[in-house]
Amino acid sequence: MSLELSIKDPGREQEMFVGRAITLFVFVVILFAVLVARMLTLQISEHETYQLRADNNRTQIQTLVPPRGMIYDRNGRLLADNQTSFSLAVVAERAEDVEGLLTSIIEILSLTPEQVERIRTVLNKPRRADSAAVILESLSEKQVALLAVNRHRLRGVEVVSHLVRSYPMGVLAAHAVGSVRRMSKEDLRTVEPVQYSGTQFIGKRGVEAFYEKSLHGKVGYQKVETDAYGRVHRVLDVQGAETGQNLTLHLDSKLQLASVEALGGRRGAIVALDPVTGGILAMVSQPSYDPNLFVSGMTSSQFDELAGSIYLPLFNRAVNGQYAPGSTFKPVVGLAGISMAVTNWEETIEDKGWFKLPGQERVYRDWSWTKDNSGGQGEVDLNRAIYRSSNVYFYDLASRMEIRGLLGFAGQFGFGKNLAIDIPEASSGLLPTPEWKRSAKNQPWYPGDSVNLGIGQGDLLATPLQMATVAATIANRGRVVRPRMLLSSDVSIDEMSRVEEPLPVVGLSEEDWESMVDSMEDVVHRGGKGFRGNGTAWAYIGQKIAYRMAGKSGTAQVVEINQGEVYDAEKLSEFRRKHAWFIAFAPVDNPTIAVAVLVENGGGGSSVAAPVAKAVIDAHLSKEIASIR
Amino acid sequence: MSSDFQRQLPSYSVGGAASWYTRVHVDPILLLLITGVVLFGLVVLSSAVDGNDALFDAQVRRIGAAYAALIIAAQLPPAIYLRWAPVLYFLGLILLILVLLVGVKVKGSQRWIDIPGLFRFQPSELMKIAVPMAVAWYLQQRVLPPSLKHTLFSLLIIGVPAFLIGIEPDLGTSILVIGAGVSVLLLAGLSWRWIFGALTLVAAAAPLIWQFVLKDYQQQRILTLFDPQSDPLGAGWNIIQSTTAIGSGGVFGKGLYQGSQSYLDFLPEARTDFIVAVVGEELGFVGIAFLLTLYLLIIARGLFLASQAGSTFGRLVAGALVLTFFIYLFVNIAMVSGILPVVGVPLPLVSYGGTSAITLMAGFGIIMSMRTHKAW
Repeated sequence: MSLELSIKDPGREQEMFVGRAITLFVFVVILFAVLVARMLTLQISEHETYQLRADNNRTQIQTLVPPRGMIYDRNGRLLADNQTSFSLAVVAERAEDVEGLLTSIIEILSLTPEQVERIRTVLNKPRRADSAAVILESLSEKQVALLAVNRHRLRGVEVVSHLVRSYPMGVLAAHAVGSVRRMSKEDLRTVEPVQYSGTQFIGKRGVEAFYEKSLHGKVGYQKVETDAYGRVHRVLDVQGAETGQNLTLHLDSKLQLASVEALGGRRGAIVALDPVTGGILAMVSQPSYDPNLFVSGMTSSQFDELAGSIYLPLFNRAVNGQYAPGSTFKPVVGLAGISMAVTNWEETIEDKGWFKLPGQERVYRDWSWTKDNSGGQGEVDLNRAIYRSSNVYFYDLASRMEIRGLLGFAGQFGFGKNLAIDIPEASSGLLPTPEWKRSAKNQPWYPGDSVNLGIGQGDLLATPLQMATVAATIANRGRVVRPRMLLSSDVSIDEMSRVEEPLPVVGLSEEDWESMVDSMEDVVHRGGKGFRGNGTAWAYIGQKIAYRMAGKSGTAQVVEINQGEVYDAEKLSEFRRKHAWFIAFAPVDNPTIAVAVLVENGGGGSSVAAPVAKAVIDAHLSKEIASIR
Repeated sequence: MSSDFQRQLPSYSVGGAASWYTRVHVDPILLLLITGVVLFGLVVLSSAVDGNDALFDAQVRRIGAAYAALIIAAQLPPAIYLRWAPVLYFLGLILLILVLLVGVKVKGSQRWIDIPGLFRFQPSELMKIAVPMAVAWYLQQRVLPPSLKHTLFSLLIIGVPAFLIGIEPDLGTSILVIGAGVSVLLLAGLSWRWIFGALTLVAAAAPLIWQFVLKDYQQQRILTLFDPQSDPLGAGWNIIQSTTAIGSGGVFGKGLYQGSQSYLDFLPEARTDFIVAVVGEELGFVGIAFLLTLYLLIIARGLFLASQAGSTFGRLVAGALVLTFFIYLFVNIAMVSGILPVVGVPLPLVSYGGTSAITLMAGFGIIMSMRTHKAW
């Protein structure tokens, strides 16, 4: 550096400053230009991209879950309805401190340690980022209020309201109406995913399952403006959800209630049909369960208790319980004999209380058989064989019949098939044919099989629903109706289109039907004629009865006990006892109800099941009389 | 100091309104421009606070205090600043060390000194004024342009506080302090050759700085700048949301109070560092251009006033404060619009927050003081 420059020169310094200031100002202007260029890029050339991005930011498409259709009984009483339920959801990403939040929730709602444990399990499950995890369901109104009051402490917490299924009749109609269950991953694969986005429950049993498509409705959408935390600020556009179809069932909730009462606490099933339409007026299976538990959620011990009970409360005996029909099968065998001209109304046999096939030693006994062979009904024609329930008569008749003819005739009443229109899960029972026996048991059809079939034993199995159909068919004098749950719906329902009605039972005259109806009427009303002269059920139900009723009792042997299972002696004897059956219809001349009653391990059909059937018909007819008045 | 007397100072016209302003040591043009930005800022803030009137009122009170700081700073003669410059600087250094020892941590940074019951402030904020003043104080005694030795010593004056602030950590303020100090050197006539030499050196050392100086999160911020979509919900969120806000504003904006990005909380820090995105979204390019024009006029007027100051010290200090103001706004707007990495620098005179407004206005007061006090 030169000497001159090392001397301070204020004038030069100011000039230099001005020079630098100008240079730097130019530099500043250039950088301003950079900013302006950047803004022009963002706000003008790429404006649309960012506009779209901002719109996508703020708007979201939400699905609107359609309210499930209601289910009513024939009188407009609710069987299944929807109620608002509140649940608590947490979006962990939005909570500043999940642990602190949890502590606050626990404190506000005073949760039990088990509940806290369950919440932790839910929160620890892997989840999509920013999605809500439901940590508590079925909040009480008080809890909802407490959460609202403490909202400021609960960032990331939402109280979500949604409609859930509610069954006002609960345990009383569980098997008739069916129930919904929380959707599983497997369920999601079977449905249209779009329609079920947001849906939590799906019909799993009964009417709820069969009419799922109609009950579910159509999903809707709304476009909403949400903030960065996902809270909805405005609804921009709505395409509403379409509410599911409301359904009206043939079911009569009063009759259902009376049926439950009639069965008392006993295990068993009742099916009551309207013989004209096949509509199911009552369907009881006991023990039962509370379908509401599947909605509100139950503990695993509660579920294990239901699913693991040896009394099978989740099992619908009315449609899936398959039992030997016993003597309730006799009217079918008798009618088969007439139609095939193997017998007629005049033919009689001598009932000594036992029966032997020609050339065989095995003795088939009547229920009245005694050790000294003094039992038996004496001289028996078909009419007497029905009201006295003579085994020997039907052993003899069946042994004389061509087996395929008998089976084919019985098939017309619905044995071995599921005639029900809207109960696809109903069992078809078993109508054992020689072919079936060969393939299932690898045995030929023995004459003894026909003998057993004559009294509804052997391999023959039927459900209470099938036996109610038999009662209805006789009530209709041969016109077969298919059982059905649905009475009507707002709009015609896909599931019910193209229903084929079965052909009537062939080969019988009107007189034949009337004779059988008369015989069954005698079962109930023929009384005061001494032990061997009375109908089997007269002593139990026939003495105080204001209307004419036809019926047939049955006492079915319990064919098998699950040998693998271990029961104590008392239980074993309980399950070994005979099943009590009774089928009936009334009034005989113009039947409006046909009933099948089964009391599991109940004992005698006439003594145990007949009073139940009478109570059901009483309830139905007294109401009918009342409605006429 | 006395040597400056010889220089003929451009005379403020005698008498009339101008002289009235001169007597109260305020430059009306600069004050008008500043007030323009302040009012514009309050309008934007009224939207950004989203109905939180208490915040708005607090800001109005702070702005009032900032004007008071400006007036007071303008009344103090340059001689006082010159005398107190080194004192202020060392006081600042002591406070910075105190911050690191007993400071209060807010959001992971130890920046504040809390005197319970009284007030809480950031010593680093003081350094935005104290550092350029100290460098100017040092250089005004030397022959200009500064020699290598004086330049290096000046860099030391700048470097020590910048380092202390950088490890708080407060990268934004550290950059501003360095910018303020280096501005003095640039205005003092630092050889262009050295400047370019230094820039080349920095460029060459960039990989090493990346490796050894920058912390993980700072590296992340730079990476995010180039590819915000690589972590759209994490590091990239701020920049994606701010560019979306600005870009969606278009030419005329969505209208005041109509910005969905800020109202629906997509835009982070909408009241503070990212407020220019609210301007861009609600008032559009027109609003941004208006604000930038005001800023540019302030800088022009500020540099003019600086060049008219009565001493080398005055010119250097005033000029450096103007350039600091520029660095402030450039770094902020460049960051929010996605051309610089995210560093915590508020938008001058607009962002919510008191300390920076007061410092900035005090700075403008000093600039006015340097111009309006004649004989010293």
